Amino acid sequence: MASIQLENVSVSFPVYNAATRSIKNRIIQSATGGQIRSDSTSQRISVVQALQDINLKLEDGDRLGLIGHNGAGKTTLLRVLGGIYEPNSGRVSVAGRTVPLFDISLGMDQESTGYENIILRGLFLGLTRREMKARMDEIADFTELGDFLDLPIRTYSAGMQMRLAFAVSTSVVPDILLLDEGIGAGDAAFLHKARERLARFTEKVSIIVLSSHSDELVRNMCSKAILMEHGQVVHAGPTEAVLERYKAMRGF
Amino acid sequence: MSSETQVGESPLLSQFRHGLRAEQIQRALRDIAAGWERRELWMTLGLHDVRQRYRRSKLGPFWITISMAVMVLALGLLYGQIFRQDLHDYLPFLAAGFVIWGLISSIVNEGCQSFIRSDGMIRQLNAPVSIYAYRMLWSNLIAFAHNVWVFFGVALWYGADLNWNLLWVPVALFVILLNGLWISLLFGLLSARFRDVPLIVGSIVQVLFFITPVIWKPEMLPGRALLLDLNPFYHLVEIMRAPMLGQPAQLEHWLAVLSILVGGWAITFFFYSAYRWRIAYWV
Repeated sequence: MASIQLENVSVSFPVYNAATRSIKNRIIQSATGGQIRSDSTSQRISVVQALQDINLKLEDGDRLGLIGHNGAGKTTLLRVLGGIYEPNSGRVSVAGRTVPLFDISLGMDQESTGYENIILRGLFLGLTRREMKARMDEIADFTELGDFLDLPIRTYSAGMQMRLAFAVSTSVVPDILLLDEGIGAGDAAFLHKARERLARFTEKVSIIVLSSHSDELVRNMCSKAILMEHGQVVHAGPTEAVLERYKAMRGF
Repeated sequence: MSSETQVGESPLLSQFRHGLRAEQIQRALRDIAAGWERRELWMTLGLHDVRQRYRRSKLGPFWITISMAVMVLALGLLYGQIFRQDLHDYLPFLAAGFVIWGLISSIVNEGCQSFIRSDGMIRQLNAPVSIYAYRMLWSNLIAFAHNVWVFFGVALWYGADLNWNLLWVPVALFVILLNGLWISLLFGLLSARFRDVPLIVGSIVQVLFFITPVIWKPEMLPGRALLLDLNPFYHLVEIMRAPMLGQPAQLEHWLAVLSILVGGWAITFFFYSAYRWRIAYWV
């Protein structure tokens, strides 16, 4: 049973620049603060309100699309769902094993062999070495890389590396999957096979949250969607309705 | 995303209040425990860190051993002359000191980088952030395992007294690593927020190398200086060096190290539960 519940979640980041990150300036600031009022800039800290009062409830079988222009807070929301960012205020309760799949080749090591990288990626996804070894044959088969798997992956083409990353990342089915712009996969011949695997993979996941700029992708994958702007949810509902609204907002 | 400028309280203070609640303290504890659970991951990452530095070289990580050996021999022969020391005595002392110093100083220096260096992973992986501190310790432990042979080589060559006191070495190593864990959590956190911290720490460590008896012996200092007793690195080095040279470490050194351990963890725990949740935002 996987579920996600957000109540009044807000996230804000103070923006640090070189000046506020240096201790020298902080010491000077605290020494002069309260006396020299004319230097008001040092008393001010820019705060970016990345998410504001987000309420969200997802249950088994939900496929949620996050829509909105750049900087609307989609990625921040995904990171909150993944437990990477803890919000400044509000409650987050997530039940189920969550896998954020923002970059499917995260952690791959160029100098290690294909086999070693399969294990490494598996460890990143939260599996043990033993569990990965059990899946090794299936993954190796799917990549069709054959003897290349014994070579360091720096010798691979970009497409081959993509195949490997794709095969490993889709071999472990989490309860909750967080996606930023879907999952890409290699050349045309491989694409068909990959699409099938992806379909089987996503079918088994209980909850998917996908952030995307592609209407097509959201329409295909998600039943529900939310439209975000300035860190707030401006519209929520069935995918089609939300996409319509987004289109109207953009003005075409 | 709206950007606004707020006048008033420093965010560090408001974050601090948010962080210092019972639930946050529990989460900090859980973070450290769950980090340990993910040891397969950080052990692999730590090993990769070591391999990365020596990859495609013929001797690989054994360069660690070789460069340490060259350093010890060169400095040993030079300073042995300068200080008019008997090499049979001086070289094993220097080798042991150097190997231990290498471990401690790189834990402190790299500890500052533990979160900064893994920024990409921290922002993409939902793993406890303590794994990056464990990872740093593990790669330093691997380097130490290569370095320590230099000491044994020198000790055997000069017939130093290796005896049952050696059993204290793993105990001392364990305590040093426990200290290393709080150091990298605390300094890693401070460094993520204030980027001058690694630079400040780096220069302090450099100075401490000369103040700590590594190339010179404590006896050479006329009268036991306060400078020596107040130097935490001296005690950390001594609990391990004494048993390597066949002597049990003196009780005062152990007491000093254990109080550093308790005090350090208390301070770290305070900061770590208050600010751990901001690390992902800072890196």
